[in-house]
Amino acid sequence: MSGTVGTSVTAGVTARPADGAGPDRPPARRRSWRLGDMIVPVFAGLAFIYLMVPIAYTVAFSFNVPGRTNLLWRGFTLENWQNPCGAPQVCQSLVNSLQVGLIATVVATTLGTLIALALVRYKFRGRTLANLLIFLPMSTPEVVLGAALLAQFLSLRVNPGFTTVVLAHTMFCISFVVVTVKARVASLDPKLEEAAADLYASSWQAFWRVTFPLLLPGIAAAALLAFSLSFDDFIITNFNSGNFTTFPKFVYVSATRGIPAQANVIGSAMFFLALLLVVTAQVVSVARRRRR
Amino acid sequence: MSADVHVDAGRAEPSRGRVAGPDERRGGGADLVLDRVTKEFGAYTAVDDLSLTIPAGSFFALLGPSGCGKTTTLRMVAGLEAPTRGRVLLGGEDVTGTRAHQRPVNTVFQSYALFPHLTVLENVAFGLRRKRVANAEDRARDALELVEMGHMADRRPSQMSGGQQQRVALARAVVNNPAVLLLDEPLGALDLKLRRQMQTELKRIQLEVGQTFVHVTHDQEEAMTMADTVAVMNHGRIEQMGAPEELYELPRTAFVANFLGQSNLLAGQVQESTGEVLGVDVGGRRLWVPKDRAVTTSGAVLVGARPEKLHIFFADEGVPDDSNVVGPGRVTDVAFTGVSTQYQVEVPGLGTIGVFAQNVFGGRAIRAGDEVMLGWAVRHTFGLDGSEDASAGSEVEDEEA
Amino acid sequence: MSVVSALGHGGGTGTAAPPPSRRARGGAYLLLAPGLLYLGLFFVVPVFALLMTSLYVPVPGGDVGQFQPAFEWQNYVRSLETYWPQLVRSFSYAAIATILAFCIGYPMAYTIAVRARGRPFLQAMLLVLVIAPFFTSFILRTIAWKQILADEGFVVAALRAFSVLPPDGRLTATSVAVIAGLTYNFLPFMTLPIYANLERLDPRLIEAGADLYANGPTTFWRVTLPMSMPGVVSGTLLTFIPASGDFVNSVLLGNNSTTMIGQVIDSRFFKVSDYPTAASLSFVLMMAILVLVAAYIRRAGTEELL
Repeated sequence: MSGTVGTSVTAGVTARPADGAGPDRPPARRRSWRLGDMIVPVFAGLAFIYLMVPIAYTVAFSFNVPGRTNLLWRGFTLENWQNPCGAPQVCQSLVNSLQVGLIATVVATTLGTLIALALVRYKFRGRTLANLLIFLPMSTPEVVLGAALLAQFLSLRVNPGFTTVVLAHTMFCISFVVVTVKARVASLDPKLEEAAADLYASSWQAFWRVTFPLLLPGIAAAALLAFSLSFDDFIITNFNSGNFTTFPKFVYVSATRGIPAQANVIGSAMFFLALLLVVTAQVVSVARRRRR
Repeated sequence: MSADVHVDAGRAEPSRGRVAGPDERRGGGADLVLDRVTKEFGAYTAVDDLSLTIPAGSFFALLGPSGCGKTTTLRMVAGLEAPTRGRVLLGGEDVTGTRAHQRPVNTVFQSYALFPHLTVLENVAFGLRRKRVANAEDRARDALELVEMGHMADRRPSQMSGGQQQRVALARAVVNNPAVLLLDEPLGALDLKLRRQMQTELKRIQLEVGQTFVHVTHDQEEAMTMADTVAVMNHGRIEQMGAPEELYELPRTAFVANFLGQSNLLAGQVQESTGEVLGVDVGGRRLWVPKDRAVTTSGAVLVGARPEKLHIFFADEGVPDDSNVVGPGRVTDVAFTGVSTQYQVEVPGLGTIGVFAQNVFGGRAIRAGDEVMLGWAVRHTFGLDGSEDASAGSEVEDEEA
Repeated sequence: MSVVSALGHGGGTGTAAPPPSRRARGGAYLLLAPGLLYLGLFFVVPVFALLMTSLYVPVPGGDVGQFQPAFEWQNYVRSLETYWPQLVRSFSYAAIATILAFCIGYPMAYTIAVRARGRPFLQAMLLVLVIAPFFTSFILRTIAWKQILADEGFVVAALRAFSVLPPDGRLTATSVAVIAGLTYNFLPFMTLPIYANLERLDPRLIEAGADLYANGPTTFWRVTLPMSMPGVVSGTLLTFIPASGDFVNSVLLGNNSTTMIGQVIDSRFFKVSDYPTAASLSFVLMMAILVLVAAYIRRAGTEELL
């Protein structure tokens, strides 16, 4: 199952055959279904609205006139957007989250990619054990991962903080990177590396000039997934952060006494930024496919 | 542009119109020698004690059914597989221990294996860039011109047809002026018409660049059309090697006789040896085999003749002298193929014998059910070892290796 | 260098797929070592530490939060005796949320993958909408729900006005709100694997099915749904596993009677420093999920996916 899980999560972001030469699917013939012809899309449309409601709410309240809490609508203002760091700790927690996310992403993507290469390209003893070790962190609830790490840090008398958060995030990202990159490696023709070797490329050159560029979309998708998992994580962070505050933790903690509108600004900004990124990528890839 | 002169490794060479100038026949001048090469995969022996010399500048074909070890042989020459035993020599130099990227050998892969993230030009220039050859791009363009793909330089492989990709793959290999150029079933993925066209094209390019081509294929017609020398492989060994016509006219094993074209093989015993011929008893009839066309001169033999060498006649017609005659037999099947008509004749005690007759009118029409005699010239007869399986190589499935 | 050189050489096997050489196998271990070592140090060892912690006993006469190593298996008995309702509730909520997410997510995935097929731009846009929630903090989104459904919010007011809710009826602080929150938060995890699966599905198979069974729903039950099972299995696991351990939804949207096991573990750890109880509950949760997952995968007949 591990294979499907990771690929699917990032399916929207990448999911193009590695060689780009995948056979074009014949365009779906228009079926004339009586039942479900309208019901399914309408139902799906409602589901999409359901999905968007809290996001719309978050965005809307980022324009709310600030007060002690951000619960009631007081009127439209751009004040929060002009001064996103206005509330104490908002920006610091954001910076913390970005730092943790970046380090965890780089380490997890590197380690995970190496594992993925080994799993697809080699036969070796202990494969089942390796697969199990990848699968288990994904099938363990975050609260258990968080509690286990804390138990370890406590028994080692390590004070929780930035380092422990980074270590924890890297751990739960690795498995997702492995399954995402694995799919990409599997779709890569091993003959290409042979061709590179045949054309005088040393193993090092063959990797960097052929294998790596072809794996890059998969690696990028895995990195994006790892970053968003890390950036959005609250439960594991909550266990292992001590006084260190990430953005989700800041929001959770301030929920009891009222969340500043600046939190909505940052949430909305991240949303729009990511949306822009994904939409651009999709538009480019759609345009590229059209051109063919 | 055409007046450009590139300086490569201290030598001047013209830039356009040729890939390997006569002054840089490094590639063209190396013999490939396989010396008692064996490759085992676990308990399975893919290549069995194979020795082979391929002279420089020749077009050599390794022909055999799938699983005969021809692709493994090719991969060992390329350096993609290490032999379990034996040596590979290039131009007298032992390269057995070197890796693929260290050998002056290039491959045209069956699946082409073009790099999808690079343009056609970058694909072709890839090898030259790794070798840090000056003017890699100009030379790559020349190679593309050679295969008539110059206008495709900026495309991506995925934007091209199979035939075009095939040409690019060829250019990518040829441009490096390798000591040996390996072709691994390069035409396998093309349709029949394109394949015929590319056969001619490949031959032309080989003559033009003068490099040693080693071509692996399971298609006997392809091998015979293009190669100067054909080696027929079976079960990891070379059954027979020689010029195409030599292999065809005088097969030395039942496998070659059946795999390369078709043969009628009749089991018999040598009864007499007179002068230059052997007298063989086949089902009570006396057939003659020239001694110099027989693998063995005593005991059990298989008497062979190609179907197109046979002619059908009625019992009341005459036969030329120096003919072997069998019959009477009954025509069981007549298949008209345009160029020729193929007859199956059931001869009691001998089995079914195939005859190809050219469609030249004359004589009486032969129909299924007719009782006929079969004859062929003694000089067209060959003799094989009688202990062989007469059907070896005839039932080989025609699939890609 | 050695890592990559081993990597380059072990690349492909020929048509005969020979077993890789010993050298290649060494390369595999080199590639695996850093990552698996990391998982060993920060997953296996911690789980072991968790198991040890779950067996600790309080230091006699010590302060709150002071424990010493022991093998007190009674910790498990006590934890289960006290907190079995929360454990059962967690799995029930997670199961209901998974089923709801499936009912909502499948039509979404189907719409994107099958209905929008051939219209790549629409497909891309719909997909972006599914992925979009990933990019706003899920805590923010959950709080947004809390505020939308709050007693003083317009939704409750409207429902009261139309007598859907009694005058003192509320939406937050109910198990319905918690389950809705779980469903909402893990919906993309359900939708995306199903989408990825349906997207790969050959439309000709559906057409062949339509040809054989003639009507839409039968084709769906006999062809489309069975063929998308791998995606459904991934989706349900990716929903059920995190949902059963979640506590954010029950904290923000629930009340004292909706407490889930994650909440208990969290508060045992942080509020009362009762590490052995928290650890034993964590371990029980992990084991229970592994057993459920193994049984489910076996049942669904998709073992080969592992």
